[in-house]
Amino acid sequence: MPSHATIRDRAAVAGIGQTRFSKGLGSSEYEMAVEAIFAACEDAGISPRAIDGLVRYDMEQTDEEQLLAVLGNPLLRFFAGTGWGGGGSASVLVVAASAIAAGMAETVLVYRSRARGKYSGYGKDPKQGGRYWEKLATSLPGLNQWHVPQGLVSAFQEMAMLSMRHRIDYGTTDDQYADVAIALREHAMRNPNAVMRAPMTREEHHASRMISDPLRLYDCNIETDGAVAMIVTSVERARDLRQPPAVILAGAMAAGSHHIRLSTLFERPWEEDSPVRVARQLYEMAGVKPSEIRAAFFYDFFTSLVIIALEQYGFAPRGEGGPFVADGGLSFDRGRLPCNTNGGQLSEAFIHGFNNTTEAVRQIRGTSTSQVPGCDLALVAGGNTDPTGAVILRRL
Amino acid sequence: MAKAPTRDDFMTVDLPLPQPTQDNAEFYAAAKRGELRLQKCGACGRFRHYPRPVCPHCLSRELSWERASGRGTVYTWTIVRGPTLPAFQHKLPYNVVDVLLDEGVHFVSEVLDCPPEEIRAGMPVEATFVPVADDVTLVKFRRVA
Repeated sequence: MPSHATIRDRAAVAGIGQTRFSKGLGSSEYEMAVEAIFAACEDAGISPRAIDGLVRYDMEQTDEEQLLAVLGNPLLRFFAGTGWGGGGSASVLVVAASAIAAGMAETVLVYRSRARGKYSGYGKDPKQGGRYWEKLATSLPGLNQWHVPQGLVSAFQEMAMLSMRHRIDYGTTDDQYADVAIALREHAMRNPNAVMRAPMTREEHHASRMISDPLRLYDCNIETDGAVAMIVTSVERARDLRQPPAVILAGAMAAGSHHIRLSTLFERPWEEDSPVRVARQLYEMAGVKPSEIRAAFFYDFFTSLVIIALEQYGFAPRGEGGPFVADGGLSFDRGRLPCNTNGGQLSEAFIHGFNNTTEAVRQIRGTSTSQVPGCDLALVAGGNTDPTGAVILRRL
Repeated sequence: MAKAPTRDDFMTVDLPLPQPTQDNAEFYAAAKRGELRLQKCGACGRFRHYPRPVCPHCLSRELSWERASGRGTVYTWTIVRGPTLPAFQHKLPYNVVDVLLDEGVHFVSEVLDCPPEEIRAGMPVEATFVPVADDVTLVKFRRVA
């Protein structure tokens, strides 16, 4: 293990906080961010004024300036953002742990606030709430000029094409997609914070309308409002705080292209895909094997991408993610690998992966509504696209 | 109090178009003439797409815009059934394909005159050219018998 370049066991998630999750809260992203941050500080037992570092999702619209003004002007000495899109959802913890390991900050805030409900109007800019793709410019100088004018307007359609190729190569089926959706829905039914809590049958999954072949409505994440925040600090300090620490055993990031740029993505060998590279780096730093992970939290923007993530992170051989999820394979109490025990983004809420990370923390604390007995190691992966990042959390 | 804006107030209504730039103007000029031209590396001879000033394989900055065969096969595809942007609403359902061109590069486009149920991976296609604005012609594809 390269001791000169590691964040192994240096930092821990000491506090988690969130707003209610809903299809429409009627609150601003600013307001929701503050509510979640105060809740995370309360959970950790610290004052917001103790925050001296901040890692922001690069799409986040509630920036440092706005936060300093409402958190009692904490004395920030480290701040950064992580890219891009859903791929960066776990990277915020990697960057926070790096800052702490390097001594650049001791109490780092990470957060994400989203007014993303279908009717959450907020602003003209694609990043200002609602559906970003409904607010694209009509003259496109960037790389989306090669997709959008052809009618490929959104990430869900691009992920549909990627998912279709996985079916072409490996014969992944609708039933396997349903296995993912149902397992996560069953978790959501046990979670009072989840937005989607009605039971889902296989027949209902298959009968939901096709959005972009092969993805049906119930293969897609839900669109919600809400915010999530976490307080990350050194392991030494976390020991003295209110909650059992979720130690960041390892963290990794990788960038190689951009997942949405299909023309370049499909030219790359699988081994060079960023999630595959992140998995290699992560297990090496952690010194653990996939078989030792007790619960995994994948970025479930689509059922199909969870199946692909299982292969990229070494839980199933390449092409065998589909059979892996069959027969409740992802269930918290009977699965091969308990996944997204909060209901995930398919059924709890879509807070850009952050709500999956806080659930991983609850698993480590032993406080999930779908608790995996003795969960001492949990993996959290950002969107398994490109670039991406992931962490492994452990019990102290 | 002012009414809070809704998504309808922000929706992109007009057809989104590519904005030709110095890096890709050749592509659109060629498409307007009915030619599919791609960048080819002057050093290693490999084609690339999307247009960019350096070869991703050998890092050479020598390049030429070569006429491509326009032939390829469908590598992957989707049928967009909605939601989509208002500008494409009238076409629903429509296909989007990733074509693996004979030159070895991928190109995202649409197969014209092909019902959704007939799209197949591996289906041979060839380029065709569809003007959508005064200075923009899009490269689309048709099935090859």
